[in-house]
Amino acid sequence: MIASLAKLALKLLLTLLLGGLLATTLVRFAPGFGMDEAQLDIRLSNQSIDALNHQPKENIAGFYYRYCQRLLHGDFGRSRTLERPVSELIRERLPETLKSVGLGLFLGWVLGLSLASIAVMARSASLDWLAGIFCGTLLCLPAAVLAIVFVIAQAPERLVLAAAVFPQIYHYARNLLMRSLNQPHVLTAWAKGMGSLRLLCWHVLRPAAPQLLAVAGVSASLAFTTAIPVEALCDLPGVGQLAWKAAMGRDLYLLVTLTVLVTAVTLIANSTCELLGNMLGARRA
Amino acid sequence: MKNNFTLRLLLTVFVFASGALAQSGGELRFVLHSEPKTFNPVLMEDDSSESIRYMTGGVLIRVNRQTQQPTPELAQSWKVSKDGRTISFELRPDLRFSDGTPFSADDVAFTMKQLMDPALHSPTGDMFRSSQGQMQVNVSSPTRVSITFSAPIADSVKSFDQVAIMSAKSPQKEMAVLGPFYVAEDKPGAYIILKRNPYYWKHDAQGRQLPYFNSVRLDILQSQDTEILRLVHGQIDFINSLSPDYYDKLEAENPALVHDAGVSLDSEFMWFNQVPGAPIPNYKKAWFASTNFRRAISEAINRPDMARIVFKGHAQPAVGVVSPANKFWFNSQLRPHPFDQKSALARLRQAGFVFQDGTLKDRDSHAVEFSIVTNANKNRERLATLIQQDLAGIGIKINVVTLDFPSLIDRMTNSYNYEACLLGFVNDDLDPNSEMNVWLSSSENHQWDPKQKTPATPWEAEIDKLMREQASTLDQNKRKKYYDKVQQIVWEQEPFIYLINHDALSAVSPTLQNVHPTILRPQVYWNIDELSLNQQLARNR
Amino acid sequence: MKWARILAIVFLVTVASASLLANFVAPASYAYQFREEPDASLSRHHLLGTDDLGRDRFSRLLYGTRVSLLLAPAASLLASLLGLLIGGLAGFAGGWIERLVMSATDLFLSLPWLFLLLTVRAVLPLNVSPLISVTITFALLGCLGWAGAARMICADARSIRESEFVLLARASGNGGLRLLWRHVLPNLRAIALAQFWISIPVFIITEANLGILGLGITEPLPSWGGLLRNLQSYTAITGEPVQFVPLILFVAVVGSFHLVLHDKELTV
Repeated sequence: MIASLAKLALKLLLTLLLGGLLATTLVRFAPGFGMDEAQLDIRLSNQSIDALNHQPKENIAGFYYRYCQRLLHGDFGRSRTLERPVSELIRERLPETLKSVGLGLFLGWVLGLSLASIAVMARSASLDWLAGIFCGTLLCLPAAVLAIVFVIAQAPERLVLAAAVFPQIYHYARNLLMRSLNQPHVLTAWAKGMGSLRLLCWHVLRPAAPQLLAVAGVSASLAFTTAIPVEALCDLPGVGQLAWKAAMGRDLYLLVTLTVLVTAVTLIANSTCELLGNMLGARRA
Repeated sequence: MKNNFTLRLLLTVFVFASGALAQSGGELRFVLHSEPKTFNPVLMEDDSSESIRYMTGGVLIRVNRQTQQPTPELAQSWKVSKDGRTISFELRPDLRFSDGTPFSADDVAFTMKQLMDPALHSPTGDMFRSSQGQMQVNVSSPTRVSITFSAPIADSVKSFDQVAIMSAKSPQKEMAVLGPFYVAEDKPGAYIILKRNPYYWKHDAQGRQLPYFNSVRLDILQSQDTEILRLVHGQIDFINSLSPDYYDKLEAENPALVHDAGVSLDSEFMWFNQVPGAPIPNYKKAWFASTNFRRAISEAINRPDMARIVFKGHAQPAVGVVSPANKFWFNSQLRPHPFDQKSALARLRQAGFVFQDGTLKDRDSHAVEFSIVTNANKNRERLATLIQQDLAGIGIKINVVTLDFPSLIDRMTNSYNYEACLLGFVNDDLDPNSEMNVWLSSSENHQWDPKQKTPATPWEAEIDKLMREQASTLDQNKRKKYYDKVQQIVWEQEPFIYLINHDALSAVSPTLQNVHPTILRPQVYWNIDELSLNQQLARNR
Repeated sequence: MKWARILAIVFLVTVASASLLANFVAPASYAYQFREEPDASLSRHHLLGTDDLGRDRFSRLLYGTRVSLLLAPAASLLASLLGLLIGGLAGFAGGWIERLVMSATDLFLSLPWLFLLLTVRAVLPLNVSPLISVTITFALLGCLGWAGAARMICADARSIRESEFVLLARASGNGGLRLLWRHVLPNLRAIALAQFWISIPVFIITEANLGILGLGITEPLPSWGGLLRNLQSYTAITGEPVQFVPLILFVAVVGSFHLVLHDKELTV
C-alpha cells in the first residue's frame, strides 16, 4: 500500500515537473514573448522603450531550474503583467475559481446524469431526441452568448460554467447508460417486471460506474479549462481570468505556475477516479 | 448693458441653485476595464492606473477638460521665465494630504525628483525630458518652488496635469494623496473603493467641502456588454466611453441616457511597412515606398462609408495627424482625401502599375496583393473589411489578419514581419510636443520606419527639423506655423493613412447631476469632485 | 421515429446541396457589401436581411455552411479516432503502458496549447489563403482534442479487457491486435460517438474564437463559428431574431445527424 502510494506520488511529481518545463517551452517560443503594450506609449523615450524591450531572455533550462529552486521556498515568482507575487495572486483568486468549478461540476453532474437517466429509462425516442437537441443547443451556444443571457436575466454568472459542462456530461452519460440498458440481461429483468429505480441503480448505473468515474475525472479538468474563457467573459476574478490575462501578456511565471496547478488538479482528479473505478471493478469481480 | 446684467444675475442664481441642489453623500459607481497595475502615480502608464491617479492625485495645474485651458489647482499661480526653461509656482498654503501630513514645496521637489529618475522610465517623466541634462528644483519657501529644465519646453505648463504630487514625509508613501478621493479598498480583479479625502482643499460656492460623493466604487469588468447591462439595471452610474453600436441601442431605449460630445482627438489609421530590412519581398517594399502608391490607396478608400457604417455616423473622415477637435493646432487648410478611384488608378499608372482584367499589377507583373494586420477589435476588423472591398475596386487583393496584441507588437517593433497595419491612436494631449516620438525619424515609435540613423527621405528630414523648431520656441504662432507645415507634409506623403476621427460617446444615468461630457479624457468624470446625485433618486438608492 | 429520420435525411440533403451549390443558389456574393443597406431587415432582395457591413446574410449562411459542414466533422472524426486508438490501445495493453500513456494524456490535457497555435500562426505566411488557414486550424483542433476521450476510452477498454466475452475470445485463440480490433474497439463506440458529437460544435465555436489569434477563417469568407461570433454582444442578442438563424441551422443540422447516424446499441 505504502509502496503504491509512493509510486503514485513519484509519478505525480515527475509529471508536474515535465508539465512545467513543457509550458515554459511553449510560452517562451510563442510570438510576442517579451513584448509589452507600453512600448507603444508615445510619451516614452527611446531609452525607456529599450529598457522595456531588453528584458533578459533567459535560457529555458536555466529559467526552469531557478523556478524550481524558488518553488522549494514557496516563491512562485513575480507576475510581470500585474506586478505582484504569483503566490499572492493565486491565493486571492483560487477560492473564486473553486466556487465556480465546484458549482459547475456539481450542477453539471446532477443535471447531466439526471437528464441522461430520464432519457434512457423513459424508453421514449422523442424524449431522448429532445434531450439531445436541448444539450446540443447549449453546446452550440458560444460561452459569451450564454454569459450575456445570464447577465440579462440577472442570474449568477457562475452558472455559465454549469451550462457549458452539463451538455458534455449528458452526452457521455447517456451513451454509457444506454449501452448498459441494452444489455440482454437488463432487458430480460425489465421484461420480468423489475422496477425502474432498482433497474437503474443496480443494472444500469453500476456497470457503467467505472466509465462514469473516468468521465468524472476528465470533467474536473474540463471544468478548469472551461473556467478560463468563462471567467474572462463573465469578469469573475478567478484563476481562469488570471490565466487569460497571463496568456495575453506572455507572463511566464504566472503561466508556468498555473499550468503546474492545472496539471496537479487533472492528475489528482483522474488518479482518484481511476482508483475508485478499480475498487468498484474489483468488488464486482 | 441691461441684458448683460440679467445674464450675469441668471448665471449667479444658476450656480447657487446647482450648488444648493447638489446632494452630498452616496456612492458613485462605474467601471474600469482592467486592473490597475500600480497606485504609484510616477509609474502609471495603463488606462486604469491613470484613471485612479486622476481621481486621487492632486496636481499643481489642471487642464479644464471643457475649456482646454490650464487652471490653478495646488498651485494658485505660476510664472514661466522668458527663456522658457524655468517655471515658478506659488502653492496654496495650509493644505494636507489624505492622512493629515502637511503639504509643502518639499513634496513637489520630491515628486519631480522621483519622476525624473531615469531608472524608473516614467512616461510622464519622459515627457519632460526633452534633452540631455539635469532638471533642477529650487524650494525657496514652503509655498514657493521653481523647476528649471536644461532646455526650453514649449507649453510645459499643461504637462503638469499628469504630475500627481506625492508626499515626501508621509508613512503611507504614495497612498497619501491630495485629490478628492483616496484608495480605501482594493479587491484584486473585482473592485476598488475610493473614499472622500477628509482634507481635500476645494469647497463649492456655498463653502461646502468637496467632493459631494462619499465614495466611488470601481468595478473591474472587461466586457462592455456587462457594463451596458449594469447601467440599464441601475447598478452603475455612467459609461465613460461607449462604442457606437451600443450608443444607438441605448439611444433607442432612452435618448436621455446617451451623450455625443462631438469628434474626439482619437483616430484610426493604417500604414505600410517601409523598414528597409523587413522580411517582405523587395517588390512590395518598392510599392510601399512610393508616395503615389500610398496616395492612391488613400484615395481608393471610402472614408464617409466608414464613418457611416462602422461608426454609425458617430465619426468623420480624418484629414490627417490632428483632429479638427484640436481647434488651435488643426490645419484648417487641409481636407480629407476624397474617395476617387479614377484618380487613384491614374496615380498608380504614374507609378508604373497596370490595371488589367480586374487585377492591378506592377512593372514586373506581380499582382498587387498584401496583408493588413490589426488587433482583435471589432471596429478595426470592420474597417479592414471595408478597405478590402474598396481596394478590390482598383484590382488590389487584401488579406485581413487579426492578431493578439503581443504578436502584433512583435511584428511591428521587433521582427518587422508585416506589410500593412491598421491601428488606432488614442490621444490625450492637445500639444504637438506629445507626438515628438512619432514624428522624429530616429524614434522607436516612428512606426513605418523606426530608429533611422539619418532620415531616409527629404520629407522625413524636413519633419524632423520642423518638429524640433516648434519644440524649442515659446511663440505659439510660430509653433503653429511649423506644425501646420508638418501636417501638410504628412497629408501629401501619407506615411500614415488617416481614416477616421470618431466621436466621444458616453452614457450617463439620470441620477447623476452636473455632468458635462467632453472630448478630453476622462470624458464624463473630469469634474468628479462636483458630480452629485439627484436628491429624489438619491433617497431611493 | 422513422418519419423523423426521413425528414432529417431530407433536411440534411437540402442543406448540403444548397451549400455546395451556393454559387448558383446564393442571391449575392458572400463578400459583397451593399453599403446603402447595412443591418437591413428581411426583404425580397435579402431573405435574411444584411449584416452590419451590408452583406447578404443568406448568402453568407450558405457559403459558411459549406466550410463548417465539411471541416468540423472531419476534425471531430480525427480527434475521436485518435482518442479511440490511443485510449483503446492503452486500456487493452494495461500495466505500465497504460499508466505511462494516461500520465502523458493528463499532461496533454493540462498544457497551454494556445501558445502552440500562436506559434503556428507566426510560422504561416501572412498571405496564406483562407481555405488553407482554416484547414490547418481544424487539423490542429483535431490533433489536440483527443486527450479527454482517450482517458475515458481507456477506462472503458480496461473493463472490456476483463470482461467474460473477451476472456472467452482469448481462450478461443484470439489474441493481440485481432482481439483488439474485433472485440474491444467495437465496444468502445459509446464514448467515441459521444466525443464525436460533442466535438463538432465545440470545434466550430473554437475556430471562430481562434480568429482573434489570426487562425481560422479570415474575412470575408464566412463560417458558422464566425456567424455565431456575431451574436456575442448585447445588441445582437436583443436585436432582430433573424440573427439567430445560423444558430438554429447549426442545432438543426447537428440534431439531424444524431437522428440519421444512429447506433442500434445506443438507441432507445
